[in-house]
Amino acid sequence: MLTPVDVSFESLHIETLIPMLIAIVGGLVILVADLAKKDLDKSLYVMLAVTFLLLDLGSLFQTDINQRGFFDVLLVDGLAMLGQFIVLIGSLAFVMLSFSRKNFHEYLYAEYFAFYMFMVAGLQFMIATDNLILIFVGLETSSLALYTMIAMHNRHTALEASIKYFTMGALSAGLYAFGAMILYALSGSVEIGKIAEVLSASGYEPMILVIVATAFMIGAFGFKMALVPFHTWVPDVYEGSTAALAGFMSIVPKIAALVVIMRLFEFLLNSEILWVEVMIYALVVLTMTLGNIWALVQDDVKRMLAYSSISHAGFVMAAVLIGTTHANSALFVYWLLFLFTNLGAFAMLWASRTKDNSARYDHTFEKFSGLIKTSPIAAFMIAIFMLSLAGVPPFSLFFGKMYMISSAVTGGYITLAIIMALNSAIAAYYYLKIIFFMFFREPLVNDGSEVMANAGNSVRSVIGIAALFTIFGIFLVNPIMEMVTYFVYTSGY
Amino acid sequence: MSEHILSILVFFPLVAGLLGILVDKDSIRPYAITVAGIEFLLSLWLWSEFDMSFAGMQFIESVPLIDQFGISYTLGVDGISLFLIIMTTFVTFISLGSLTITNRVKELMLTVLILELTMVGVFVALDAILFYLFWELSLVPMLYIIGVWGGPNRLYAGIKFFLYTFTGSLIMLVGMLYMAYLYYQATGTWSFSLLEWYRLQLPFDLQLWLFGAFFLGFAIKVPMFPFHTWLPYAHGQAPTIGSVILAAVLLKMGTYGFVRFSLPLFPDASVAFMVPIAVLSIIMIIYTAMVAYAQEDIKQVVAYSSVSHMGVIILGTFALNVEGITGSIFLMISHGIVSGALFLLVGVIYDRRHTKLMSEFGGLASVMPRYATIFGIMMMASVGLPLTIGFVGEFLSLLGFYQQSHMLTLVAGIAIIVGAIYMLSAYKKAFFGNVTKEENKNLPDVNKVELFSLVPLVVLVVVLGLYPKPILDPVDKSVTAMVQLMQAKAVTEDGKNRIANVLVTKEAK
Repeated sequence: MLTPVDVSFESLHIETLIPMLIAIVGGLVILVADLAKKDLDKSLYVMLAVTFLLLDLGSLFQTDINQRGFFDVLLVDGLAMLGQFIVLIGSLAFVMLSFSRKNFHEYLYAEYFAFYMFMVAGLQFMIATDNLILIFVGLETSSLALYTMIAMHNRHTALEASIKYFTMGALSAGLYAFGAMILYALSGSVEIGKIAEVLSASGYEPMILVIVATAFMIGAFGFKMALVPFHTWVPDVYEGSTAALAGFMSIVPKIAALVVIMRLFEFLLNSEILWVEVMIYALVVLTMTLGNIWALVQDDVKRMLAYSSISHAGFVMAAVLIGTTHANSALFVYWLLFLFTNLGAFAMLWASRTKDNSARYDHTFEKFSGLIKTSPIAAFMIAIFMLSLAGVPPFSLFFGKMYMISSAVTGGYITLAIIMALNSAIAAYYYLKIIFFMFFREPLVNDGSEVMANAGNSVRSVIGIAALFTIFGIFLVNPIMEMVTYFVYTSGY
Repeated sequence: MSEHILSILVFFPLVAGLLGILVDKDSIRPYAITVAGIEFLLSLWLWSEFDMSFAGMQFIESVPLIDQFGISYTLGVDGISLFLIIMTTFVTFISLGSLTITNRVKELMLTVLILELTMVGVFVALDAILFYLFWELSLVPMLYIIGVWGGPNRLYAGIKFFLYTFTGSLIMLVGMLYMAYLYYQATGTWSFSLLEWYRLQLPFDLQLWLFGAFFLGFAIKVPMFPFHTWLPYAHGQAPTIGSVILAAVLLKMGTYGFVRFSLPLFPDASVAFMVPIAVLSIIMIIYTAMVAYAQEDIKQVVAYSSVSHMGVIILGTFALNVEGITGSIFLMISHGIVSGALFLLVGVIYDRRHTKLMSEFGGLASVMPRYATIFGIMMMASVGLPLTIGFVGEFLSLLGFYQQSHMLTLVAGIAIIVGAIYMLSAYKKAFFGNVTKEENKNLPDVNKVELFSLVPLVVLVVVLGLYPKPILDPVDKSVTAMVQLMQAKAVTEDGKNRIANVLVTKEAK
């Protein structure tokens, strides 16, 4: 005779689940609309997605922070709020890019947009929990949706990209499962908070198992974050996907992974095991340096941006290593500013996308030759985004860089701060390269009409908004810092 | 209105430049020259409003920018920066007035105006991050000027210029962030305000490290030996207006940084590094003078001679007493005027002959007498002939350093005298002798437009050489206050002894 489970509805705190539910309902509504009437225009799906994402964002503001819900599986703390906020803002911006002037294959399917919403829900689950199982579920939901979305772009490179990403993703899922298993075996719990308690009570013994679990976790999230040496898929996958989706991948899934990494490594780095710190330190330095060096030699702007986003990911991983409140706040400040700058950069590539599949690369440097003469506004836009990525003040990302380097200084990592500064100098070279092509060379064959060929009005407005954020970011940094520091501080990081 | 004079001075070129987009490209010249002229008048107005009897910062404006992190929009001006600002607006005005480029002229005019914003900004910023912001932003328009209007090898020159300075200043940024952290540890609040930082006394070993970080940023900009290799390329490829502004103003940002940041923030480290830096400066004076002697291109001669004289400025700055620092600041201004004028003069002959090789000239004095006269005066000022503007600063700098080391000053003095050789030899090659080339026989002498920009420079060179007092007095006042501060802040015995004790000398008299 089973004893009846007596759980009161109130104790479930079902409101913590509402944001994810909105995203899932949004996906379902899109599917139902497609069932009800065939051949609806993509604009309907995009706007449905936008509506539900806005609702999702609104519901986020209604939630109280620092509460658990849904059988204590969900955890809504400051990190979860910030992470979801960035995910939703990023998703909103990137879905707007589907309003391209040219109609690409994947936008004919309602499923594409449904997947988009499910992916957002998956990422939100991943962020708003400290339960290893739910993290896994969220991770896989979002990843599977993403693989499919990449493959829906009907070019053979897209299929290649999707399969490459899928294979790597499957490997990383395996690594994650092993890591989680060991942590469970050591502590008897799947909640990160409890694992941390048990492990610190036992003095992180047996140490070898803790190190192995850390290694597995680094592997798993290394793939997701594209840290060197787990980055090999990145350039090919970015190249095969549309610029809109590649830009999305460089921002949104990574912040979800970052939040999980922060939760996990907060206690693993506290273990005082030298190996863990050395592993992360090496990972950070290798990722930002090698990412930069490979970016120097690319012939295609999108591949260059792919390597540059590897380097940026390494840059913010430094915050995880440093681990102070200042550093963790800097991570979110950086990523929020990076979101708008990178959004602009990838949107400019997206605007110049043609349907010509014959060339080896879509966005060679030569394509932007002499752009200042043929299409000056586009040239200035790209230049602003590139200068911001390079960290030239007063553009917004400089303040992210400055805050991040400052957190390394206050955390006692002076050498790391200098490495970070030198890396910014290396990076300036390849960002300047495209500026050189645009401003200092004569136009080649094209008359510049190609460069904004794919930009409808809404793509243009997204670019404009990104540019405004990049130029006037200096005035937004203070409120962003205040908000982020408040949330990070209240959740105890 | 005069309480916001500095903001007006900083942002007027930007606003006017942006409005200039609406002006037709054939009519942009008068517009840009008018804007630069108004900016120059504004800076003169600043001078007239400036209280000469007060040594500290004036016209201070402060608005919090990023309160959370202690970054504020703080501007201010004292005797040290006042004349650098006036020199900046003056040189910009003159160089725009004498512009001969016709290709993409609208972009050029607007770029120069934006460059003017950053240059004035660097000299008035009293917040470290704000200073850094203007400092870095100045790279972009300069890169643009080299990259679009430069010579055949301009891309290489541009990237070298940008990457060198960018790398150095990023290390300086780390130093600034560390400095702010030290301030935070001491007081519990974040601040990047320079005036707040002045009040912070640092232990000696920290001073050494921070001095090193700031040194890299400033030394590359100056450029000090051995970081000078980017400059000949940049000068060689830049158009005349780029070289003029680069030599006259952008290089001064580095030496100004030493005076504004390194000396008062790290007095003991400045003492500790005094001799090595003096040796570097002397190497810089001798070595670049020798390189200049070997050049065949007259623009490279001027470029290397300009580096050589920057060495004297550094030497004066690190004399760490009132004479030396005042002299070096005066030399910054005179170097700006003289080297700007020399580059303009090279531009004049380049426009006529489209070559800068000295072997192509010879005997120009008989063909272009006015040109040869002006060139001669400027060259004399450059080598520091008494009664010209160049003499005052050089003499004071050496006088200041003489109190620190007789030996090094002697070497530097001889080096400067020997340095005159290459200038005289270049002058001889280009201007004296017979006219050897057929093309040179009918060269027109300087015209009215060129005279418009050159004559004021000649007047300044002579007048300020004879009567430098109006500039020296306010500079001297502010420098005295700064040396007092350094003396008070020094923590080591050596520092206390080496930095001139201003108060005591006053009493002794």
